[in-house]
Amino acid sequence: MLTYIVRRLLQSVLVLIAVGFIAFSLFSYVGDPINNMVGVEATDAEREWARKTLGLDDPFPVQFARFAAKAVQGDFGQSYRLSIPVATAIGERLPATLELVFVAAVMALLIGVPLGVYTGLHRDGAISRILLTISLIGISLPTFLIGILLIMVFSVWLGWLPSFGRGATVDLWGWESNLVSWEGFKSIILPAVTLCLFQLTLLMRLVRAEMLEVLRTDYIKFARARGLTNRAVNFGHALKNTLVPVITITGLQIGSLIAFAIITETVFQWPGMGLLFLQAIQFVDIPVMAAYLCLVAFIFVVINLIVDILYYAIDPRLRLDGSGHAH
Amino acid sequence: MGDTTNAQPLLQVENLRVEFPTRRGTLVAVDDISFHIDEGEVLGVVGESGAGKSLTGAAIIGLLEPPGRVASGQIIFDGARIDNIGYEKIRRLRGNQIAMIFQDPLTSLNPLITVGRQLTETIRTHVSVDERAARERAIELLNEVGIPAAERRVDQYPHQFSGGMRQRVVIALALAANPRLIIADEPTTALDVSIQAQIITLLKRLCKEHGTAVMLVTHDMGVIAETADRVAVMYAGRIVEVGPVQDVIRHAQHPYTHGLMNSIPVVRHDVEQLKQIDGAMPRLTDIPSGCAFNPRCPKVFEYCRDARPELVDVGATRAACWLYDDTRRAGDTT
Ligand SMILES: Nc1ncnc2c1ncn2[C@@H]1O[C@H](COP(=O)(O)OP(=O)(O)OP(=O)(O)O)[C@@H](O)[C@H]1O
Ligand code: SF4
Ligand SMILES: [Mg+2]
Repeated sequence: MLTYIVRRLLQSVLVLIAVGFIAFSLFSYVGDPINNMVGVEATDAEREWARKTLGLDDPFPVQFARFAAKAVQGDFGQSYRLSIPVATAIGERLPATLELVFVAAVMALLIGVPLGVYTGLHRDGAISRILLTISLIGISLPTFLIGILLIMVFSVWLGWLPSFGRGATVDLWGWESNLVSWEGFKSIILPAVTLCLFQLTLLMRLVRAEMLEVLRTDYIKFARARGLTNRAVNFGHALKNTLVPVITITGLQIGSLIAFAIITETVFQWPGMGLLFLQAIQFVDIPVMAAYLCLVAFIFVVINLIVDILYYAIDPRLRLDGSGHAH
Repeated sequence: MGDTTNAQPLLQVENLRVEFPTRRGTLVAVDDISFHIDEGEVLGVVGESGAGKSLTGAAIIGLLEPPGRVASGQIIFDGARIDNIGYEKIRRLRGNQIAMIFQDPLTSLNPLITVGRQLTETIRTHVSVDERAARERAIELLNEVGIPAAERRVDQYPHQFSGGMRQRVVIALALAANPRLIIADEPTTALDVSIQAQIITLLKRLCKEHGTAVMLVTHDMGVIAETADRVAVMYAGRIVEVGPVQDVIRHAQHPYTHGLMNSIPVVRHDVEQLKQIDGAMPRLTDIPSGCAFNPRCPKVFEYCRDARPELVDVGATRAACWLYDDTRRAGDTT
């Protein structure tokens, strides 16, 4: 177990170094940082001086090491656009995105998995067919369109839910949260639904396919032949065996939720990291872009690590720690 | 337990017909077969691949996979019909009265659940005992099927067992609630040749000790000869011969059984001879009219193509062949 995790950790560190390298390259290859800092009317001497004091004359590896050392401490320098530390800018936005992604992921899991199980068990039922048809729509409609439709129906026509922004948040020790009050939660519903719809349908279809596959296996037939109840067979035996692929995809999908959040946040003017990143791109705000890249990579790596550990917990065949061998 | 005064069979299959409705018509995979199994008896079922052996077993335990279905006939277990009793009732019979063992022990066990848990779950489905008692019974069962260090191995996962050991676990699972009939569908085919005999011997011994009847499906006539009391020979969804094992082996009446017996390898001689029956079994879509065996039969005569022969007493066995119908033969001029 320990070696397994250590190996995973080492791989994660390599991934982070690679991403850090790309993020760092942004500074050198996308625009000239000096231009962004000193302004157009600066003299050549002033530029030279800035270059020296910022260490931009140092050899590349030295610069990268300095960047990495700071990045690890969360220091990505000043935002060109906002003139505040990048860490502060992101720190203000991070809770909004994390909560949005969290709510979307929970919705996708809590709805997608049961629907997948249902449609897998009732393969030919009328409800299953309807659900599958709807899910096709869910997969093929673009996110922004769904978002706009939802806004039209629930905000404009019905007036039930706010159409943009975070609304009333509650400050939990510096973490602005939408999740602890109903007023706050109302604001997160539409963006979260929009964001989760694609993953929800994907998850439902995946669970359904896996269920169908598992239900055909010999051990399910044998379980039925032993007289186990449908409940025990379907949920105790079959569902458990669909979990490994479901966890893999869920892990990957949380990653893409963060990516998709950029669009959703734009549609709903949700003040999260995605919106920050888009604005950063418009203004070539490289420190913010670099920090966003590193942070997203870090989240990916952490999720992957959790997925790996979950595998390990679910599938005994991975636990090759010598507690028993075939003979 | 069954009433021993009137010698009612434990299982009675009457005119069973299993069909698959398809777009291009109905396929009849098991065509009007009848047989019985007595309490404690071992009935061997042999026949080439596709003869309908597995489907017969699945029909008995109510696990035909749709669109396959029992189209007509009756299955009577312990004096009561079980082919039309509804899900909950047949479920209670499964494992408890009628158990099933499948071909491949490597895939028969759930890989994510410990062997002990699969055993206790099965025990507690049919017997009202608490988890501790069930666990003790599980260990007892593992001991009984010859798994060493059962106390330790009960907590292990299937992948930690070898193929032969896994089939022992499967047998333990089948025996868990002390069923009266075990349908064993080629229980050793997937195993190493060196282990096959051990597993068959074990199954035979346990069923004898528990008085369990067995429907033993196999391709291996050697296993049948050693294990079965009676044997039924299937061809193209029909039973072509059935009778006491020694009679069927020594004095096979049906030409197909003859062919099968000749295909048993005779290792006593210097050279292993293995005569195969020419041709292959027909597919379900084009079963010949009359006797389904007629295109391959060395003794075929005109009438064989016209009508299907029924099982009739011939010597010590029953065979479905026009050769034994004197009036038909008399009418034949060849
Ligand atoms: N779902 C199905 N649809 C159509 N035909 C089927 C289906 N399942 C089985 N059959 C056919 O039914 C026939 C009998 O199958 P069965 O599995 O009972 O044969 P078997 O005697 O057990 O053969 P084997 O020795 O290969 O196990 C075969 O011809 C098979 O092709
Ligand atoms: S009925 Fe005719 S074809 Fe069929 S086995 Fe007998 S002799 Fe052969
Ligand atoms: Mg079979």
